[in-house]
Amino acid sequence: MNEDVPVDDPWAVLRASTQARIGLGRAGSSLPTRRVLEFAAAHAAARDAVHEPLDVESFGAAVAEVGIGTPVHVRSRAESRAEYLRRPDLGREPADLAGLAPDGSDVAVVLADGLSPRALAEHGAGMLRALVDALGEQYRIAPPVIATQARVALGDAVGEALGVTTLVVVIGERPGLSVADSLGIYLTHAPRPGRSDADRNCISNIHPPGGQSYANAARITAALVAGSRELGVSGVRLKDTAGPELLA
Amino acid sequence: MIRRQSLAGTTYTFDGLVEVMAKATPVRSGDQLAGCAASSDAERVAAASVLADLPLTTFLEELVVPYESDEVTRLIIDSHDAAAFSTVSHLTVGGFRDWLLETAAGPGAATVLAAVSPGLTPEMVAAVSKIMRSSDLIAVAAAVRVTTAFRTTIGLPGRLGTRLQPNHPTDDPAGIAAATLDGLLMGSGDAVIGINPATDSPQATARLLHLLDDVRQRFDIPMQSCVLSHVTTTVNLIEQGVPVDLVFQSIAGTEGANAGFGVTVPMLLEANEAGRSLGRGTVGDNVMYLETGQGSALSAGAHLGTGGKPVDQQTLETRSYGLARALDPLLINTVVGFIGPEYLYDGKQIIRAGLEDHFCGKLLGLPMGVDVCYTNHAEADTDDMDTLLTLLGVAGAAFVIAVPGADDIMLGYQSLSFHDALYVRQVLDLRPAPEFEAWLTRMGMADADGRVLPLDLAGSPLLALAGPLGKGA
Repeated sequence: MNEDVPVDDPWAVLRASTQARIGLGRAGSSLPTRRVLEFAAAHAAARDAVHEPLDVESFGAAVAEVGIGTPVHVRSRAESRAEYLRRPDLGREPADLAGLAPDGSDVAVVLADGLSPRALAEHGAGMLRALVDALGEQYRIAPPVIATQARVALGDAVGEALGVTTLVVVIGERPGLSVADSLGIYLTHAPRPGRSDADRNCISNIHPPGGQSYANAARITAALVAGSRELGVSGVRLKDTAGPELLA
Repeated sequence: MIRRQSLAGTTYTFDGLVEVMAKATPVRSGDQLAGCAASSDAERVAAASVLADLPLTTFLEELVVPYESDEVTRLIIDSHDAAAFSTVSHLTVGGFRDWLLETAAGPGAATVLAAVSPGLTPEMVAAVSKIMRSSDLIAVAAAVRVTTAFRTTIGLPGRLGTRLQPNHPTDDPAGIAAATLDGLLMGSGDAVIGINPATDSPQATARLLHLLDDVRQRFDIPMQSCVLSHVTTTVNLIEQGVPVDLVFQSIAGTEGANAGFGVTVPMLLEANEAGRSLGRGTVGDNVMYLETGQGSALSAGAHLGTGGKPVDQQTLETRSYGLARALDPLLINTVVGFIGPEYLYDGKQIIRAGLEDHFCGKLLGLPMGVDVCYTNHAEADTDDMDTLLTLLGVAGAAFVIAVPGADDIMLGYQSLSFHDALYVRQVLDLRPAPEFEAWLTRMGMADADGRVLPLDLAGSPLLALAGPLGKGA
C-alpha cells in the first residue's frame, strides 16, 4: 500500500496506525541504548512539567496583558509540591481568599497550575485571550485568578467569593510521556464548595499545535457557558442535553 | 476493644481492630490521606506488636467491616472453612508468620499451604503481611502453587506469563494489530491478550473481540483474549454469540466500592457461569479476569469499617481477593502503581504494596499477577519497576503486564515493556506457559530452550498480521 517505505524498516508502515513504541529492536533481551534514552527523555520532560513551579510573576504579567484586570494570586492549603501530590484534599481548598469580592461579574476564570505548571505557563495566557474573545461580548468577566498548588475544585470557593454564576477553571493536565504541556478546562455552574465532578463539564487535550487549539476550546466553552446558564445546571445533565457537537 | 502497648517508655492506645490494622501498616500515602495511618514510626511498631499478639480467631469474632452492611464480609465469613483453619487456629498473627516461614522452608510446602488456604480470611492474611518483611513475603509466596487454565496453563513452577496489552486511544484495529504483532514477536501474550477499550460501547467491544479471535484462529495460537469492558457489557455480548474467552471486571473490597464499579456479588457469580457455559477453554475452564488495586475503596469514598473508622487500603485490597476467590479466576492482578501518588507515593511504597498484594492473593489461592506500573506524578521510575519485576519473578508471580516500550498510550501510564518480560525470564530462567511456548517453537519464533529469537518483522511468520504490509509478502 505504501511503496515509499524503505524495505529495511517495515515497522514504519505500522507506526502510521499507532503512536505505541513498537518495533524498538533488541540488545539481548533488553532495549537498545537509543530507545532507553528516548524513553528517559520523555519521562524527564513529564516529571519536570509536574515539579517545576509556575513563575507567578512573569505569568501574571502575561495574563494582565489580556486586559481583563490585574490577576489575583490564590494559593491552596498544600504548602509544597510533595504535599500537593499526597493530599489532593488540601489542593482543593484555598489558603486565603483575600482580595476577592463580588463585583457583578457573570463569569470567573481561574488559571490553575494543576499537575502541569508548564502547561499553564505555555498556554494559559493564550487560552485566556481566546476565552475573552469568545465570551467577552456577552458576559462580564471578573479579573483573572491565578491559583497555585491547585486542584480543579479550588475554583468553587473562588467562584463563590466572586459571586459569579459561571466558573471556568483552566488547569494543567497530568503529563503523559508524549505530551507534558496539555491544558484542560472545567466548567461549573453556580460554583460553591461541595460541587462534585459530576457537576462539571470538561474539555481536555488543549496544547496547540499538536492538540486542540485555543479558539476551538474557547468556542466549546462558550457553547457550554450558554447552555449551562440557560439550563441552570452544568455536568452530566448539560452534556446529555447539549449533544455531541459540543464535545467534539 | 482498647488495646495498649508500651514502647521505650511511651504507652500507645488502639481503639478496635480496625485501628490496630491501619496503624500497623507500613507507611503509605493513601492511609495518611484517609487519616488512619500511624502518626509516628514508634506508634507503627507498637501497633505491629499488638497485632502480632492477636490470636487468628480474633478475625472471626471482631469484623473489620460489619457483616450486616457489607456483602463482601458476608461472603468471607459464610464461606470460611473451619476444618482447613484448624491447622493454624491456635496461633497468634506473629505465630502464624513463623509457621508460614517454617512451612515454606520445609518439605511439601505447596501442599500444606494449599490445604490451609480456604481456612484463612483476607483479614488474617492482611494482618500477617503487615508484620512480614519483603523477604518473608517473597519466601512464602514462592512456596505457594496456584494453577489455573483456559487455553494455556497459568502458574506452573518455572513459568512467568504475560498479558499483552495492545491498547490504542481510539481502539483503531490496525493500531491494535500492530501492537499485538510487536508483543507476539517478543514472546508475550501467554496469559492473555487483553485490551482496555477506549469506550464501553458493546459494538466497539464486539469488534475488538472478533479481531483478537481472528488472529488466534488464523495463526492457531494457544491463547485467550479479553476486552476489559464492564461485566454487564460482556455478558450481553455472550448472549449475542460474540466470541468471548474471558469475562473481565474490576473489583474492590467493600460492597460500596463495588457499587461504584457497578457490580454486586451475585452479578459476578452469574457472569462467571455465563462465561463457563460457552465451554471455549481447551485445557481448563477458568474464565474470569479480575483487576484490583490499593486505594480503590478510598477513592470511591467506601473505605469506612466497623465504628465508622477508615480501614487501611491494604486490608481492603486483600478483602477483594476474598471476593475473587469465589470466582475461580484464570487471572487476577493488582494494578499497583496506577492510582497515583496520593495512594502510593513513591517507588518504595509501590514495591512494598506489589509484594504485599502478590503474597496475600497467592496465599488466598489466587493466580496472582501484578501490573508493575507508575504514573508521571509519582516518585518512581523504570529502576523501581525493574526492582519490583525482579522481586516478583523470584516470588513466583503468575504473570505481569507488558505494553510496547512500557508506554501505554491509551491509559497514559507506564507499565512494563515486552523487553522487561524477556529480561526477567532470562535472568531467573523462567519460561512462558507450556502451550504458548510450544507454539513459539513451532513457529520458529523461539529456540529449543524457549529463548525468543530476535526476528526480523519482514521474515516473521506473523507478517500477515500487519494488514496491508503483509499482503505483498
